[in-house]
Amino acid sequence: MHYCPGCTHGIVHRLVAEVIDELGIEGSTIGIAPVGCSVMAYNYFNCDMIEAAHGRAPAVATGVKRADPTKVVFTYQGDGDLASIGMAETVHAAARNENITVIFINNAIYGMTGGQMAPTSLPGQVTQTSPYGRDVKLCGYPIRVCELLSELDGAEYLERVTVNSVPHIRAAKKAIRKAFENQIAGRGFSLVEVLSSCPTNWGMTPEKALAWIDEKMIPYYPLGVYKDRSAKEAENHG
Amino acid sequence: MADKVLMKGNEAIAEAALIAGCRHYFGYPITPQTEIAAYMAKRMPKIGGTFLQAESEIAAINMVYGVASAGYRVMTSSSSPGISLKGEGLSYLAGADLPALVVNVQRGGPGLGGIQPSQSDYFQATRGGGHGDYHMIVLAPASVQEMAELTVKGFELADQYRMTAMILADGTMGQMMEPVALDFDVAPMPEKPWATTGTGMKRPHNIVNSLSLVPEELEQLNFARYEKYRKIEENEPRYESYLMEDAEICIAAFGIAARVAKNAVGEARREGIKAGLIRPITLWPFPKAPFREAADRVKAMISVELSMGQMIEDVKLASECRVPVTLCNRAGGMIPSPKQVLAAIRQAAGKEGDLL
Repeated sequence: MHYCPGCTHGIVHRLVAEVIDELGIEGSTIGIAPVGCSVMAYNYFNCDMIEAAHGRAPAVATGVKRADPTKVVFTYQGDGDLASIGMAETVHAAARNENITVIFINNAIYGMTGGQMAPTSLPGQVTQTSPYGRDVKLCGYPIRVCELLSELDGAEYLERVTVNSVPHIRAAKKAIRKAFENQIAGRGFSLVEVLSSCPTNWGMTPEKALAWIDEKMIPYYPLGVYKDRSAKEAENHG
Repeated sequence: MADKVLMKGNEAIAEAALIAGCRHYFGYPITPQTEIAAYMAKRMPKIGGTFLQAESEIAAINMVYGVASAGYRVMTSSSSPGISLKGEGLSYLAGADLPALVVNVQRGGPGLGGIQPSQSDYFQATRGGGHGDYHMIVLAPASVQEMAELTVKGFELADQYRMTAMILADGTMGQMMEPVALDFDVAPMPEKPWATTGTGMKRPHNIVNSLSLVPEELEQLNFARYEKYRKIEENEPRYESYLMEDAEICIAAFGIAARVAKNAVGEARREGIKAGLIRPITLWPFPKAPFREAADRVKAMISVELSMGQMIEDVKLASECRVPVTLCNRAGGMIPSPKQVLAAIRQAAGKEGDLL
């Protein structure tokens, strides 16, 4: 893999691949890689893969899924891809309750291009393009994707997880599995946001970067289920 | 002879697409092509196909990218400003060697421009439209019948060469009604072993991709693509030649401009001026041969266009500048009249004084 040492992409890739294996869907799954650090994710999954233009993965996934609804289609996107340049595609795929699975890596920075401010960079966060810290007066506030999408009637399932400890990784896998199971059951748009680390561009050791998720990211991006329509409906009927 | 039905050009495109086996359409409303979307919205659900109004032109072309990756016939349509938005997707389709049909029912520009007919996206269409070294096959209908025929042909060529085919029409072609026969023999879709249909655990995974970070490899990909383009330039140029056998003045015009020019050629002939018309049907590949050949015989060429003069560059290149090439044009949504074209013919023939 081409990822930097200590980066959590490897963990999330493994979780997605494990879920695909456990569900026995490798032969019928098509993955969509984005533009960003995971641009070459197509090399790391054995299922069929498509490399999309920056931010357009949900639109490409829509095309694939509409062409053959029997296939399992997932996108794997970073924060710049999903929440900045591709925000329209994200919101509308969710609004349509497009029956796809979205794995959203939120590491609060543009990794591939060398550490620029992301739509999810925290207030005050120092990046290459916010060298004095993210000034919210100048460039606004970070976007909480799960909270934002939870306002849409269309979205089926939205959960924020992280992978900075073993218990968190276990919980993340459960969420990813659910996001795939939802699609197989035809329930619709399921997105798992994974708070991830970027030691290289954060300028931290891998260990410190994992701690930074606990200290800085989780307080701004609380973990949890933001929407689970089917569970809620079952509850209401129970 | 097949029964003919009276149809709008835009509707003829939509119906022909269905006949060609296209079951997936994505688009965004824009005048003057919205009839295509409306037709698809009505018909697709009845035949088990997909009509989806996308959130943007960008999303629409990327949905096309997805369906094309999955190996199905797919199309989108738009008009000039919307095609600019699709430019990114057109480049990616080219880079990933995906077949698709894109329709541009042109309107006047630049910017938001107007909604009246235009041919001012000629450069954009024939030079690719997005970034990078690539071409699309560009087909220019001049009747409602051709709107339908070239749509079918476009799907076939796109599949045959694994690239985008574009129908470059204009607002007039889209809106006008003419009788059209829809009895097409559609070539069966070729096998697409490269498509991302799921491995079925029976083959190595397919990857649809336009990324290639090793320059030596990316160069080879470009070389291979241009070798394909060279074959297309050899095999696929299409044009109509009208009264060119003894012509001294050669008009070059496509689409609605060619219909106006045809009238003017007739008028000129009645006045004793030997005018003729070469009407490119493929704008890329541009039919160079008839112009090269005509350059040996005619006195002058006139490019008649609904733009500030774009195809004229290809006419000059094809005729190797061996005869003077002048422009007879209107722009911004205006259409040249037969009278204006006739005046240009008279001038080229050196007869404007005594005939006007």
